[in-house]
Amino acid sequence: MNRDNLAFLQIILNNLDVIFFIFLVFLGFTSGTIAEKSHYRSIKKREENLMHIPVVNSGDFIDNSKEIENVYFISGSCVVALDYFKMVFAAIKQIFGGRIQSYETLIDRGRREAILRLKEKAASKNVDVIINLRIETSSIGQNAGQKGGIGSVEVFAYATAITYKK
Amino acid sequence: MILTNIPMVPGMKIVEHYGLVTGSTVRAKHIGKDIMASLKNIIGGELKGYTELLNEARKEALERMIKQAEKLGANAVINVRFSTSSIAQGAAELYVYGTAVKVE
Repeated sequence: MNRDNLAFLQIILNNLDVIFFIFLVFLGFTSGTIAEKSHYRSIKKREENLMHIPVVNSGDFIDNSKEIENVYFISGSCVVALDYFKMVFAAIKQIFGGRIQSYETLIDRGRREAILRLKEKAASKNVDVIINLRIETSSIGQNAGQKGGIGSVEVFAYATAITYKK
Repeated sequence: MILTNIPMVPGMKIVEHYGLVTGSTVRAKHIGKDIMASLKNIIGGELKGYTELLNEARKEALERMIKQAEKLGANAVINVRFSTSSIAQGAAELYVYGTAVKVE
């Protein structure tokens, strides 16, 4: 091995932490983007499939002309986390302020996924209408409660489902 | 046991109120799941381990509330509400409350 190669190796060894950081950001960016795209595709497809079940967040959306057969309590939840790239990007963005789009898409995915899971449960019970949907979001994970830290977000959706007598 | 999160049970009449029933559970994360979750945090996306854990915990809280309602002689719980709070690093409290009633 010549001296140039040795010097190069030396630089790499000295900056191992920086290289590791760049690697993590790169890994987060590529895998995070791929995962997000495929998740959105599946969300859109499933949302279309479950469009036939009406969901309302008001509690008195009941058709009084029909007799009620069953009442169910249904829920769905999802925990989503930021990837490394988004975390770094958001930390930089927090210096200047403004919209942090990476957080927006993350929470949007979580909410839609939670509602979809609720609707999937409802679909398996053949319900006619879902009323009084409530969504709750809470921050969990190691850096929950710390300044500027959204480690992971849990979205929980719950509702009352009704089936009418046919 | 009928559960609803509206102040009534559709299609039925409330004949008796028994007051507030509650259920809660405090759960800590399991270290294996925590390590997996922190690895998953690099890639991002859903943390299935946590979703499962919280679902389980919530089920337990609900069961506790239902048990309390059954003890009172109720056959339904109306106006069910959930609340989640992070009480310590790595532990969360899941709390559920509602009104126990008898319906016909």
